[in-house]
Amino acid sequence: MAVVFEKPHALTNVPTHYCPGCTHGIVHRLVAQVLDELGVEGRTVGVAPVGCAVFAYNYFNCDMIQSPHGRAPAVATGVKRALPESVVFTYQGDGDLAAIGTAETVHAAARGENITIIFINNAIYGMTGGQMAPTSLPGQVTQTSPYGRDVKTQGHPIRVCEMLSSLDGVALAQRCSVDTVKNVNATKQAIKKAFQYQIEGKGCTIVEVLSTCPTNWGLEPNEALDWLRENMMPYYPLGVYKDAAEEENNG
Amino acid sequence: MGEKILMKGNEALAEAAILAGCRHFFGYPITPQTELAAYMAKRMPKLGGTFLQAESEVAAINMVLGAASAGVRTMTSSSSPGVSLKSEGVSYLAGSDLPCLIINVQRGGPGLGGIQPSQADYWQATKALGHGDFQIFVFAPSTVQEMVDLVNQAFDLADEYRMPAMILADGMLGQMMEPVEIPEVSELKLKDKPWATNGHKNSREHNIINSLYMQPEDLEQTIRDRFARYDDAKAKHQVFESYLTEDADIVVVAYGASSRISRSAVEQARELGIKAGLFRPITLWPFPNDELYKLAGSAKKFLAVEMSMGQMVDDVRLAVNGRKPVEFFGRTGGVIPTPAEVLEQIKKLAGGDR
Repeated sequence: MAVVFEKPHALTNVPTHYCPGCTHGIVHRLVAQVLDELGVEGRTVGVAPVGCAVFAYNYFNCDMIQSPHGRAPAVATGVKRALPESVVFTYQGDGDLAAIGTAETVHAAARGENITIIFINNAIYGMTGGQMAPTSLPGQVTQTSPYGRDVKTQGHPIRVCEMLSSLDGVALAQRCSVDTVKNVNATKQAIKKAFQYQIEGKGCTIVEVLSTCPTNWGLEPNEALDWLRENMMPYYPLGVYKDAAEEENNG
Repeated sequence: MGEKILMKGNEALAEAAILAGCRHFFGYPITPQTELAAYMAKRMPKLGGTFLQAESEVAAINMVLGAASAGVRTMTSSSSPGVSLKSEGVSYLAGSDLPCLIINVQRGGPGLGGIQPSQADYWQATKALGHGDFQIFVFAPSTVQEMVDLVNQAFDLADEYRMPAMILADGMLGQMMEPVEIPEVSELKLKDKPWATNGHKNSREHNIINSLYMQPEDLEQTIRDRFARYDDAKAKHQVFESYLTEDADIVVVAYGASSRISRSAVEQARELGIKAGLFRPITLWPFPNDELYKLAGSAKKFLAVEMSMGQMVDDVRLAVNGRKPVEFFGRTGGVIPTPAEVLEQIKKLAGGDR
């Protein structure tokens, strides 16, 4: 019988700790499939964040580093500068990337570090139990915004791709979602393009993936996907915010 | 033998690191260590290395963490307030068993403090450069030549023990010019790092650099293993210099810049007929306890001299263990004690005996 699907080699053969309905697992698989397809697992170094994906170092089969909270782009910078021929990616959540690690993210992007940032945006701190994230939506109820996020006192959500797209060092900034098969496939193409650009030395690449957190959103997995479509997508429109190759072609 | 040239302390530290095989420097500007970064900025591109001015000290030390994980010799340098910012990264480096070199050209604190020389980061360097149970190697040069010599040793021991090492200098040593002999390095023998995350090349299992252990017993075991290495380092690498201590009644204990001042004071005391000597710790961690304990058998009194309110004196008292009185003299905030001031203290202590 023909094999139509198998677990990517770049994923280890262990069960993950992710909650039911969480989309981390899908994104892990997509990254691993891309590493397989590009044949780069052996020269790839991944950097795990602090947050729900902290154990990513156990799930990816390439060499892995567990970074301090928010510092993954700096750690990745150190690896890439030491080993320019390696393929380096960070895998970060919204608190890690857009709150405590904002400076590291912005400056790695501004320097045009040849790294790939996989950014999981689920609008909440998952690991610590559902606190307000820098990407929590206006009015969103969380443990630390129990009356709903009040933008007057708690500020506005950060649109990371839009913000980073203004930087010359960024080769790709694309926002995706894994809520439908079609979107999953598009996300995989974006991740593959990001790694390809890195290998070609084009600059910093970031793929933001809108993700669900049924546990901390207090929703069933299906309801969570609906909530993502109804609430996150309007605020965080999917799309390509920067693509160096397209700019070259158009220019 | 290499040639003898006149060099500033900060530049000598940089050149020594390059000689030791370091090609990856990550820093952030701060006085009074700026010449070190400037030197690296000039040299590294010509050597095919990395000089990267990071967005912060926090980022710089994490870049060091990344480069150290990749298995290369790497370093950062800063001064007191910047070193505080690095403490998060140092704790992770220690918890991940990563070797690297950190240079602290100390200035006065706390807070923004001042920019004049100080030794007020002794506690930070030797007791608590970050959260958790850990130690780092700490070396205290007192001349520009010693800065050169200790950098290589620091890298070697960091690699051997898989732990961060620090050169604890100060603004005076960093800014001072002295003739130095740069040793000729024919071939570096660098330790293999099979643990490095440098890509498994499909020829081994994946390596993981990590400091997270969810089971308390597992975490405890890693810490116990690390402390066993610390014990080994303590047994083998206590480095010091003894000057006129053999027959000394009064032993001045001082490191770095304050040891230079104390040496003059000891010599002047000898001219006055006072049997004074100088004990100079070169490793601050591991602190040279054993020799100091021995000296407590022959000396009558100890005087710790520091450019702080008294930090190393704690370790002197622990080493002497109550066998003899240990007094303290210090100036702080960037004020440098004079040999005359130290001599005055020695005379006071000697007077008590007569």
